[in-house]
Amino acid sequence: MGYWLFWIAGGIAILSAFAAITRMNASHALIYLVITLLSIAVIFFLLGAPFAAALEIVIYAGAIVVLFLFVVMMLNLGRRAVERERQWLLPGIWVIPAIMAGALFIVLGIALSGSEHEAVIEGTMVGPKEVGRSLLGPYILGVELAAVLLLAALVGAFHLGRRYIEERREK
Amino acid sequence: MFGVDWSYLLILPIVLGALVAALVLVWWERRVLGWFQDRLGPNRVGWFGVLQALADVIKLVTKDDWVPPFGDRILFILAPVIVAGAMLMSFVVVPLDAHLIIADTNIALLWFLAMSSLAVYGVLLAGLASNNKYALLGGLRSAAQMVTYEVFMGLSLLGVVMLSGSFSLKDVVEAQEEMWFCIPQFVGLVIFVIAGLAETHRLPFDLPEAEHELTAGFHTEYSGMKFGLIMAGEYLALILVSCLIVVLFFGGWLGPGFLPGFVWFGIKVVLVINFFILLRAAIPRPRYDQLMSLGWKILLPLSLLNILVSGAVVLWMAS
Repeated sequence: MGYWLFWIAGGIAILSAFAAITRMNASHALIYLVITLLSIAVIFFLLGAPFAAALEIVIYAGAIVVLFLFVVMMLNLGRRAVERERQWLLPGIWVIPAIMAGALFIVLGIALSGSEHEAVIEGTMVGPKEVGRSLLGPYILGVELAAVLLLAALVGAFHLGRRYIEERREK
Repeated sequence: MFGVDWSYLLILPIVLGALVAALVLVWWERRVLGWFQDRLGPNRVGWFGVLQALADVIKLVTKDDWVPPFGDRILFILAPVIVAGAMLMSFVVVPLDAHLIIADTNIALLWFLAMSSLAVYGVLLAGLASNNKYALLGGLRSAAQMVTYEVFMGLSLLGVVMLSGSFSLKDVVEAQEEMWFCIPQFVGLVIFVIAGLAETHRLPFDLPEAEHELTAGFHTEYSGMKFGLIMAGEYLALILVSCLIVVLFFGGWLGPGFLPGFVWFGIKVVLVINFFILLRAAIPRPRYDQLMSLGWKILLPLSLLNILVSGAVVLWMAS
């Protein structure tokens, strides 16, 4: 049963990802992106990583794309924006990305089929505890580096925001 | 994981039960608010006005279900479905009794957080698709409010997770045999209640739909059963947050043995819901910037501090 669910979720992920890049309406494209993320979460769940699946929904679908949608709402894109997008996204534009993605796809296919040590996904359950242990164990350096990066982003955002507030106060 | 077991049979009763409870709650809230405000409230239809809820449903179903021609038709229809659907999905992990639970997974708490973060889409899309400035402002406000309060809604629960050592709600309840978590995790409880109010955008924090600033906020353009679905979603959210407060902080189904566990659970949930209604009657609405600065400047540091202290105490007790 898990096998069939994988094919269904994978098919939805690919179709909605395709729709996400071809839609003219920014908010529709974002909804397709959310569907892609949700189906990837289903795949994570089927692979025995429920924690990763939950985080995929909480962080990517629930926070990051919400912020994208937030910006789309702030810009108040209407029908004119859709028209403009249609003028920009001519069929010729797709040629080079399609060639590059196709090449990548072929390389991936060769790598997956021809490798001697076959990568088999065993489907062992990886619960929250195991994820926590490995994050604070072997991958501690990555966590610390991410923390530094986030702190830098926080300081930067504070700096930009403060300048804007002070300018307004002077007026 | 995919074996068919009897817990699937619980899905229908829980979905129906939650919807009927949401319906009755609409009447109950109006009744209790009337009592708090020294007036009668709806008391004409049926016994003490119970059938008022049914009358409201008949009215909503038979009303003209209008879709604004100037808006985005698909997203407009999708939005209420997301609002109600995400809330119903969360009930999957709520344990009503030691064995009355649809899915006892080890990510139950994260599942609840994931579903409540998906509920934001319903509100945002409703605001966006209506193509109406009040709806848009309401949608923007609620997106900012819900994303903000989600952050420390999750953080406030980490103390509970540390004490019980699991994300599974069943394990959380079983860890409260000796002491309910409302005592050691009082700070977490307060933060969770405030965050829960903001997530369900109920009255002290209902700025996304503040009626005298934004007409009705994100659901200004909604009518008929689509409006009904949004309202059902909001009341389902209230029931859900109350259930989680009971499960996480007040021992879930635990109680003296003369009543079965789910009855204790029900009693506690009703008490928490009444507390939320009392809050609605008692506290005025803050300004939007006050709401946001309360979140980021007070509740976020407080919940981080709570995690730090809880973690230190847990380690100290273990050694």
